[in-house]
Amino acid sequence: MTLATAERVLRQLRRDPRTLALVFLVPPLLITLFRYVFDSRPAIFDRVGGPMVGIFPFSLMFVITSIAMLRERTSGTLERLMSMPLAKLDLLVGYGLAFAAVAAIQASVTAGVAFGLLGLDVNGPVWVVVLLAIANAVLGMSLGLFVSAFARTEFQAVQFMPAVVFPQLLLCGLIQPRTDMAHPLRVISYALPLTWAFDALDHAVKGGAGGVVARDAAIVLGITAAALAAGATTLRRRTA
Amino acid sequence: MDAVEVDRLRVVRGGKAVLPAITLTVESGAVTGLLGPSGSGKTTLMRAIVGVQRVHGGTVRVLGADAGSPPLRRRVAYVTQAPSVYTDLTLLENLAYFAHVLDVPEQRVEQALDVVGLSPLRNRVVRTFSGGELSRASLATALLGDPELLVLDEPTVGLDPVLRRDLWRTFRELAEAGRTLLVSSHVMDEADRCDRLLLLRDGMLLADETPASLRARTGCDRLDAAFLALVAAA
Repeated sequence: MTLATAERVLRQLRRDPRTLALVFLVPPLLITLFRYVFDSRPAIFDRVGGPMVGIFPFSLMFVITSIAMLRERTSGTLERLMSMPLAKLDLLVGYGLAFAAVAAIQASVTAGVAFGLLGLDVNGPVWVVVLLAIANAVLGMSLGLFVSAFARTEFQAVQFMPAVVFPQLLLCGLIQPRTDMAHPLRVISYALPLTWAFDALDHAVKGGAGGVVARDAAIVLGITAAALAAGATTLRRRTA
Repeated sequence: MDAVEVDRLRVVRGGKAVLPAITLTVESGAVTGLLGPSGSGKTTLMRAIVGVQRVHGGTVRVLGADAGSPPLRRRVAYVTQAPSVYTDLTLLENLAYFAHVLDVPEQRVEQALDVVGLSPLRNRVVRTFSGGELSRASLATALLGDPELLVLDEPTVGLDPVLRRDLWRTFRELAEAGRTLLVSSHVMDEADRCDRLLLLRDGMLLADETPASLRARTGCDRLDAAFLALVAAA
């Protein structure tokens, strides 16, 4: 049943080639843009490029999931599924599998462009970056799923992107090392999921800190599980 | 035998008692019409029977179990006014997915398509369907599990007279095969096709009887006139 849901979600995405094109082309384009914006300072590209590969799937899956789940809620298909013998976890894990598959392709394409064409140079193994990217996609999905319960319209759902994702992007250490931030911000950053996702990627591309990467990845997976559990409580069989 | 037993059911929505305390039964193996003006609580009552409505008092028993309890999720099917299908999938893909969720064999998909007469459209993306095709697609989904109780919320809205006749024929066949149907409508001319009528107004039950006895009681030949007479007397 989980696989049937994953297959159904993938079929829906396949029916929407424009969205798929955006999913697979925008991250490589942005990273190319980034590479040439910092053309005269390749060190910056080398420091930030690797983590970027792993963070794109997070923001993208966040917004895609929150809208997809909102559609399930507003179209009545969620209510239909909830009146059927489908476990909530089947639905959530089905979505997770489908989006993890999309994220794997997205991260591979982006990594291929960054490391292959743009000459991004990192010390750590590339496959770890791709794996972390997939984990981050599932993290973005689970958070998107959770916040979708608080949006009534698609207008609101897209606003969660700047509201929920942008602050995390600013505070996670990607733009500026966290040690350089105002103290309160650094304290807050510990509570944000993307901080740990970035920290894992950052250590992975620098190489040699397998223990830290594993710890951060475990934290990311833990937050994902917690967000999925919280998301499950927003799928109600009975509604007012 | 009653398929549904509602006892002093109370539902409050947005601070208003949509159903203050309604008591009624739905007969097994028959077509029961749930009639009343819009806003009378028809949808809320149906949602409570299916078990997707949060309730605030009373009991709803369906096929001998509590409404919405897990064993009923295969035995009861609900068609909402919204089509509740994935518009970016083909009809066949929709039905195959829901058949999977219900864990019923694939051949049920063909049977459901036949019943609603949508076999020729199976490979079309649902987004391109007309209103009538959409509501039949939704009905086909509900039929997949071969449910014992079908709860249909205004299934004939926006359908042309030929389709409406065909659908009511289908409902009749399902009832003759032992299924229980609860069909809401605000079109009184559909009332005559029901075995029993439940008339609802402002969350209160105005009548629970056969079309014939409703006519006899009110002295009105036309059911819409009978309904108006009941409203005036209430």
